[in-house]
Amino acid sequence: MTASSGPRLEAVDPRGEHHGPVVVIEARHGWREVGLTELWSCRELMFFFVWRDLKVRYRQTVFGALWAVMQPVLLMLIFTVTVGRLPGVGPAGTPYALFAYTGLVPWTLFASSLAGASNSLVSSESIITKVYFPRLLLPFAAVGSFLIDFAISMALLVLLMLYFGVAPSIAVVWIPLLTLFALVTALGIGTWLAAINVRYRDVKYVVPFLTQSLMFLSPVIYASTLIPSGWQWLYALNPMTGVLDGFRWALIGGERPDELILVSVVASVLVFLSALLYFRRTEQTFADVI
Amino acid sequence: MTDIAITATGLGKKYKIGVRRDPYGRLTEVLWSSMTSVFKRTKGKPRADEFWALRDVSFDVPRGSVVGVIGRNGAGKSTLLKILSRITEPTLGTAELHGRVGSLLEVGTGFHQELTGRENVLLSGAILGMKRVEIARKFDEIVAFADIGRFIDTPVKRYSSGMKVRLGFAVAAFLEPEILLIDEVLAVGDLAFQEKCIGKMNDVAGHGRTLMFVSHNMGAISSLCPTTIWLAEGKVRLIGKTTDVVPEFVRAAGLDLGAGDVIIDSDEHREAQISRVRFLSASGEVTPVGECSDSLTIEMRLDVRRRLRGLYAYLEIRLPTGTTVLMSDSLDTTPNPLDDLSLGQHVVTVTIPARTLAPGKYDVWVSLASISGREFNVHNPGVVGSFRLHDSRSDRGDARPGFFSVLLDWRATDVSASGG
Repeated sequence: MTASSGPRLEAVDPRGEHHGPVVVIEARHGWREVGLTELWSCRELMFFFVWRDLKVRYRQTVFGALWAVMQPVLLMLIFTVTVGRLPGVGPAGTPYALFAYTGLVPWTLFASSLAGASNSLVSSESIITKVYFPRLLLPFAAVGSFLIDFAISMALLVLLMLYFGVAPSIAVVWIPLLTLFALVTALGIGTWLAAINVRYRDVKYVVPFLTQSLMFLSPVIYASTLIPSGWQWLYALNPMTGVLDGFRWALIGGERPDELILVSVVASVLVFLSALLYFRRTEQTFADVI
Repeated sequence: MTDIAITATGLGKKYKIGVRRDPYGRLTEVLWSSMTSVFKRTKGKPRADEFWALRDVSFDVPRGSVVGVIGRNGAGKSTLLKILSRITEPTLGTAELHGRVGSLLEVGTGFHQELTGRENVLLSGAILGMKRVEIARKFDEIVAFADIGRFIDTPVKRYSSGMKVRLGFAVAAFLEPEILLIDEVLAVGDLAFQEKCIGKMNDVAGHGRTLMFVSHNMGAISSLCPTTIWLAEGKVRLIGKTTDVVPEFVRAAGLDLGAGDVIIDSDEHREAQISRVRFLSASGEVTPVGECSDSLTIEMRLDVRRRLRGLYAYLEIRLPTGTTVLMSDSLDTTPNPLDDLSLGQHVVTVTIPARTLAPGKYDVWVSLASISGREFNVHNPGVVGSFRLHDSRSDRGDARPGFFSVLLDWRATDVSASGG
């Protein structure tokens, strides 16, 4: 057939009726495309990973899925009786507990997604070295399973709003898009860290520190209006600023934080795209160095 | 073109030895070396810490054929399979695969200990490339094949290792890719199940699919694969009919013994490991060549980095064809001398008595296991060395066939006068 390809083996059972896909394997260097079509064709496997994570997460626990809401609820209580008592921390006219909880719910989604994504490759070492699939599925799937936890916490938020008698405006329709914004942010940073984690386990120590620092650099337990207006643009470079202000605006009301969100969205998308490219560039060595 | 399933052209894979030894690099080291490398002129020079696991490998595999891949440890067999199954990329060369590719590099790929057998069938099937509807359609057959009955809804962590293997292989046996790449997974499981699997794989081959099969077991290769590729030191040594290649390989393996002193790479992450294996003659000389009429001692150096309750060593003496002639583990001695060894280095010896094995060449396969280890298999270096026995002191000499060299006691009693 091909003269260049060395010795031929004898055909044993030649039936040439299949014309399956052709896979070409070769050394590739430098940047490569993200491979969205391949990712899409493997979406079923991604759902299996999400399903596995959900099945495993609360197995052999007493409280089960209650853990999903316990974290933001307990933090809300703690912050309400401590930071919440300081004057000017939250906006006037909104109960601080509600204010804190509307921040803590998307924050918890972000923090757990970030931790899950950055650990996703290292914790799947045994399958990465044994079978091929697009590796990007792993950080994506790690994030997906936290959406269920998020939905449970959001259900509690509805109860909380009923209790405080706060009704959202029509802006509430933005919630799905803002959730996506939070996910893209977590995925952007998480995918970067997942790829770096394969080679440098320093990431294990970076993630908790990063999450904690970002929590204080984001308007989770205080309002972003506390930051002087001259510094707002810098503050908004942290994408979670836009996410959290967006959530508060959509649920509690107030002035729409247009410019702030715009800066945050641009920052988030840039981090996300660069993460995809970096991941794809280093992907070829994952199985060798993990 | 359509009657070719796999084309490999000049495949090569280079590893950096430093990277393999210490996969967990630290940022500071990299920053430091990138700073210092500014002052060193290393570009263009061949590096001593590079290692070609595979070099210039080319072949074509016609559609529907069953091809065996053989070679000694470290010959590049697994690297070749990892490249073809796209787990790792080649450093040089290209390969083309025409058709849906499935690979089976371990049994139970993707199993999660906390999930039940049923859930793991779904998960492992999906990871190995099956569609959800496909798994659902075959589910009952898979469970029947695995033969684990009512345990299907029990978490896999409560399974015996045999049950895990059966379930894992059952999932894999029902994969229907056009090209299936299999690494030595049949080396686990009981014999009856292995035969069942070989039968199932023959079915697969009979359906016009292409199968590539890596094994140390010449029996399995000979019965499964009409054609064989022999890899040696990362290169193709011989390619062709199995009936030609396997005898050549066995003959070469018989000639090639080494020094009788094998150093095994140290891996600081292991709880315990075998770091050196030597063959000692009855007089204490290190040699891979022994005498049937003398005892032969296999000496292993053990590095213990964590105290392990129930640690034991396992040893098989094998023919070059892969058949096990003799098996022993340290549990044969009571109390087990390896149980709960203290930290540090230990020398473990096991002696094969004089006049036990027939003259010929043998491979030594060793492993360490412990119920209290992070994993049951503490260290699994596989075939670590070979020795040859000559029978120069018996009348039959090296011409003695069979597996043993035990000299049986023959007697003749004159009974013609008795009772007369």
